[in-house]
Amino acid sequence: MNTGSDSTRSPKAPAAETDSSGTIKAVPVRYPWRWATAAVLLVLACMLVNMLVTNEKFDWPFLFSKMFSEPVLIGVRTTLILTVLSMVIGIVIGIIAAIMRLSANPVLVGVGWLYTWFFRAVPRLVLCVLFGNVGILYTNLEFGLPFDNYWMPLLGIDGDARFYSIPMNDLLTPFMAAILALSLSEGAYMAEIVRAGLLSVDKGQTEAAQALGMSRTKVLRRITLPQALRVIVPPTGNEATAMLKDTSLVSAIPLTTELFFQLRAIGNSTFNLFPMLVAACLWYLAITSLLMAGQYFLERSFTRGDRQAMAGVKMTQSRTGN
Amino acid sequence: MTQDAPRVGAVTGPDDDLMVVAENVHKSFGRLHVLRGIDLEVRRGEVMCVVGPSGSGKSTFLRCVNHLEKINMGRLWVNGHLMGYRQKRGKLHELHDSQVAQQRRGIGMVFQNFNLFPHMSVLGNVMEAPVQVKREKRAGARETALHLLERVGLADKAGSFPRQLSGGQQQRVAIARALAMRPELMLFDEPTSALDPELVGEVLDVMKDLARDGMTMIVVTHEMGFAREVGDSLVFMDEGVVVESGEPRQVLANPLHERTRAFLSKVL
Ligand SMILES: Nc1ncnc2c1ncn2[C@@H]1O[C@H](COP(=O)(O)OP(=O)(O)OP(=O)(O)O)[C@@H](O)[C@H]1O
Ligand SMILES: [Mg+2]
Repeated sequence: MNTGSDSTRSPKAPAAETDSSGTIKAVPVRYPWRWATAAVLLVLACMLVNMLVTNEKFDWPFLFSKMFSEPVLIGVRTTLILTVLSMVIGIVIGIIAAIMRLSANPVLVGVGWLYTWFFRAVPRLVLCVLFGNVGILYTNLEFGLPFDNYWMPLLGIDGDARFYSIPMNDLLTPFMAAILALSLSEGAYMAEIVRAGLLSVDKGQTEAAQALGMSRTKVLRRITLPQALRVIVPPTGNEATAMLKDTSLVSAIPLTTELFFQLRAIGNSTFNLFPMLVAACLWYLAITSLLMAGQYFLERSFTRGDRQAMAGVKMTQSRTGN
Repeated sequence: MTQDAPRVGAVTGPDDDLMVVAENVHKSFGRLHVLRGIDLEVRRGEVMCVVGPSGSGKSTFLRCVNHLEKINMGRLWVNGHLMGYRQKRGKLHELHDSQVAQQRRGIGMVFQNFNLFPHMSVLGNVMEAPVQVKREKRAGARETALHLLERVGLADKAGSFPRQLSGGQQQRVAIARALAMRPELMLFDEPTSALDPELVGEVLDVMKDLARDGMTMIVVTHEMGFAREVGDSLVFMDEGVVVESGEPRQVLANPLHERTRAFLSKVL
């Protein structure tokens, strides 16, 4: 660097304002408004803490005695399982739907579009109630040849062409309905995210891979998808946090072992609802923070190659620069 | 659309000595008629340089040779195989995606922008196709890859990532990656155009080395020095047709056509 040696503009050598090594010593700019706003915020924070401590409606002893009770912990477990399962299934569906929409087959493109259109249009709460009531359509789920009730009598055959049957209520438990509603909805959003990721990869990558003799699926699996992940992972983390909170919708199915329902139930039965609502906030805050930490490390591992490359470039630059 | 086969039994190609045969190749993008009847022959071991103004269809022709683009008319054989089609009882049948992929294995391609895979190391880039496409054993593929990297002078960069390399180094890795499939034909699309002037030489040296080893090459380039020194033939293309072709020194010194003369006066 040539700091201090640029003497064309300041012919006199700098003296008092630099120390012996040439580092600048100057009076820093003052920011009075920063102090003023900080003071105001400090007062407001004190008022908040004061209210939390002195207002008996918070009933902290009651809150903490119930927050870790067994039904609540079961609720936490259900909420976590729902979040993870719905996200995993949603991501798989999303990848498939995105590939369908980018394929050369117009039937697949159409089906993929229809799916994303429907499940992004209908609210998750409505989907939950809907899947909770699908059992009304059929009492049994049966596998066999389609439309047998029409063509078998025509051919003069008695009986039916159904090989296997299970009662709908055994199959579509509230838990299954919740997973279906949440993961199908999530899949539609993930499809858009994955599609954007795949489209973000340079076309030259596909061409280079094809020129090497790779088949379409191989190009996707080895070249395009891994590079798309850099674009896919950050919004997927946001989807996971959103999913955690949306699990509170499944009480409408009704699936009642979920966290928020449990806390509300305790609040209602003890006529002390408010502390339980605060407990819900605390639980969601805690789990979301964990998810965000996980997202941070996941994103870091996906950009590691870049950061190593950047560090390498800087090193070579500084080496050639000297 | 397509004409009748010019020769009987054309599945095995017109002549064993010829690596590439193009007959009346036409290609349009929508209403834009880019290639308007290209006739070309490339012998085994020949280095053919292709020059011409921007937009004349040089890249498009190269991409037709390995069927990255479908031709609309004419025939194109590489190594005796009709690219992208199978001829059966006088009718052309499109080949399946996987069969086209199979045909491309014998043709290496090097791009202007290198197109290395950024998420793989240099070694990973070179090993990828032999392991994934040819199903070679990793250990063997690794040895071959290291050998090829040595050949292009980058043995010490095997563990680096593409972004850590200079343009010239990246292009040499791209050449090694193409060579890893043991191609019989190499296509180069302006391999030095994206490089700083002082890096052009190192890439051209690798290409000269390849030419000396008898590799059949089609090279789209603006490097007239390379064409003069290494090329066996020079083709001048303009507006989708071959205007003039011949021995490079001959064409460069005494162009027969006015268009060739005008172009050469600008680039020489
Ligand atoms: N995929 C495509 N879709 C539409 N038009 C295309 C496509 N590829 C090429 N073209 C057009 O075809 C014409 C020839 O392009 P091509 O890339 O073959 O030229 P070129 O001779 O390689 O030129 P350059 O020296 O600039 O690389 C151009 O007008 C270009 O715009
Ligand atoms: Mg070009």
